[in-house]
Amino acid sequence: MNTETIKKEENKSGKTERITGSEAIIRCLIAEGVKTLYGYPGGAIMPVYDELYKYQDKIHHVLTRHEQGAAHAAQGYARISGKVGVAMATSGPGATNLVTGIADAQIDSTPLVCITGQVPSPLLGTDAFQETDIVGISTPVTKWNVQVTRAEEIPEAIAKAFYIAKSGRPGPVLIDITKDAQFAEFDFKYEKCTGVRSYLPVPKTDKDAVTEAAKLINSAKKPFIVWGQGVILGKAEAELKAVVEKSGVPAAWTILGASAIPTSHPLNVGMVGMHGNYGPNKLTNECDVLIAIGMRFDDRVTGNLNTYAKQAKVIHFDIDPAEINKNVKADVAVLGDAKESLSLLLDALNTNTHEAWHQEFKDLYAVEYDAVIKADILPEKEGLTMGEVLRQINIHSGGDAAIVSDVGQHQMIACRYAEFNISKSNITSGGLGTMGFALPAAIGAKMAAPNREVVAIIGDGGYQMNIQELGTIFQQKVPVKIVVLNNEFLGMVRQWQQLFFDKRYASTEMTNPDFVTIAKGYYIEAKRVTKRDELEKAVKEMMASKSSYFLEVCVEKEDNVFPMIPSGASVSDVRLS
Amino acid sequence: MSQDIKTFTISVYTENNIGLLNRISAIFQRRHINIESLTTSQSEIKNVNRFVIVVKITEDQAIKVVRQIEKQVEAIRAYYHTNEETIYTESCMFKIKSDLLFEEPQIQNIIKESDSRIVTVNKTFFVLEKSGRRHEIEELRQKFDAFGIMQFVRSGRISVTKDEMKVSELLEAFKNQ
Repeated sequence: MNTETIKKEENKSGKTERITGSEAIIRCLIAEGVKTLYGYPGGAIMPVYDELYKYQDKIHHVLTRHEQGAAHAAQGYARISGKVGVAMATSGPGATNLVTGIADAQIDSTPLVCITGQVPSPLLGTDAFQETDIVGISTPVTKWNVQVTRAEEIPEAIAKAFYIAKSGRPGPVLIDITKDAQFAEFDFKYEKCTGVRSYLPVPKTDKDAVTEAAKLINSAKKPFIVWGQGVILGKAEAELKAVVEKSGVPAAWTILGASAIPTSHPLNVGMVGMHGNYGPNKLTNECDVLIAIGMRFDDRVTGNLNTYAKQAKVIHFDIDPAEINKNVKADVAVLGDAKESLSLLLDALNTNTHEAWHQEFKDLYAVEYDAVIKADILPEKEGLTMGEVLRQINIHSGGDAAIVSDVGQHQMIACRYAEFNISKSNITSGGLGTMGFALPAAIGAKMAAPNREVVAIIGDGGYQMNIQELGTIFQQKVPVKIVVLNNEFLGMVRQWQQLFFDKRYASTEMTNPDFVTIAKGYYIEAKRVTKRDELEKAVKEMMASKSSYFLEVCVEKEDNVFPMIPSGASVSDVRLS
Repeated sequence: MSQDIKTFTISVYTENNIGLLNRISAIFQRRHINIESLTTSQSEIKNVNRFVIVVKITEDQAIKVVRQIEKQVEAIRAYYHTNEETIYTESCMFKIKSDLLFEEPQIQNIIKESDSRIVTVNKTFFVLEKSGRRHEIEELRQKFDAFGIMQFVRSGRISVTKDEMKVSELLEAFKNQ
């Protein structure tokens, strides 16, 4: 590695110690402040696990039941804490099992450092036992990756990995370390990385662009903010709130932006996107200035781009230059860190209330409430709804819980109805839509924030994709609350089959096992609810429990999630039924 | 912006690291863009590599691809240029039976007219090298085709741009941070 290409924090002691590569890996992790990591041992990473054994009082390794679980747990850890999540696996299948989690972290900008063992360097390319080209495989789904074949390269590779994972727009990195490099001794010293010459993590905020943005917002009649996860990653929640409150601009969020401003905030008008709220979707096509902050105009947010906010001037705040004009053309682009850009914007904004404009959102909320929300959260029909379960969780968490959802109908219901008082509380697989994410992610989230209530909300399909992580919950005694909303279907696919494939329910019906018995098999307290009059008591009991708790709620089998923007339709064609 | 498909030359300055070629080519693959040619070499800056990638895409695509390339941690800068904005050339080699030199007098004329250079001659074959634009090389290949070519190989495009790229300044700024 060419050392002139990176900047390092000077290690003033200048002292070196002769240690092995594998000990160096652990020492590097400790130096980066890692206290917990998730992983699974195997042949090519055994020297590192041997060091983990020796350092177990300083760093806690959590044995998941599958490497995919390790990657998602590290993601959950990172998403709730803002710190870098760390996952470790052996070569070959261990490494490839991490890939789904890495791809998920890449598309959702989650800082991860993944360390994989690799066969000894003389065996590279020989089809050795458990050899796989994980650097090649992970290249398209990592922010950066590297293979290390010499112990001397380990400290710099890890220093660079942490710096890259957490700086700028965060993302996953992977370091593949051959077994001979783990065994070899060298003179160790650690210096944190502070810069990489080919990489500019945070573009400078252009003050003129901010001024231009402020001018547009100040003169707008119907300005509309859509914020995304960039606000959370940029720690700009307070700045966003101040901007919204001063300017009076109605503000909506993408799924990953949820919780940056409390859901109860009067200027928070709800969620945009395929199953977002009626008002924010419809009014996207009526606003005169659309202010996108730290969001990337995902197709699930915009619907058909040809009919998306065409009437509006678009202002796009983002840290990543590649996002500007990628999907939606920006009239004003403000590159840079959200915290800095928004605080500059705040100074330049006029005070306003936009009352009439807000009334339009309120009116459409009333329409949505009558058509959808009421029946979702306060149903009168016999079958249980997912929405009423969320309502009970809100009541008993007071909106302080972190909600970790999986992918599908229950996820949309969770994002629509969960109440959030605290930022970084909506942990879900947004971009990749990875079923199986929630159970392991909830483990990581709870371990990173032990004082917070963490509730995993999962469908019966996704639950069974990583159900083995109940073993991790049991072994590590992680007091997460697990709610499975069981409709005995892959509900979202079934909904599409109903709406767009003439009800041909191809392979979406699930014959499920006895989930309560399974949870009890892992010595996790468990209950099943099938009737409305049992629900409140069960949720209350779950939330009051000090240990892990499993609650299965058998919900109506063929309920649909609305509103809905059918795939390829315009945001203004959002359907209420 | 023009939605016409045109030939663009994408120039990328990068660190000299293993795997970067894979990372950059993956950006094209993912967008289903065929790479017409790709050449990588040392650039004017020590330890900095330069990729010259030729693709046929729209300008809108070119802008997006360049941004995705620049987003890669070890890519220093990337640019796209039209043919008019660059000076470019390709190079090729022909291996041809030596007998033909004497049996087919026309061949000597072709060599003379083509502005090509004989690299080596021995009893069995001679090797000819020619630099130029694609159509010139193609023309020459067709002429030799009639007589039989033992081997033909053509390099990817290499090009320099008419305007400055200011990569050295960028690297200098990092050093002085």
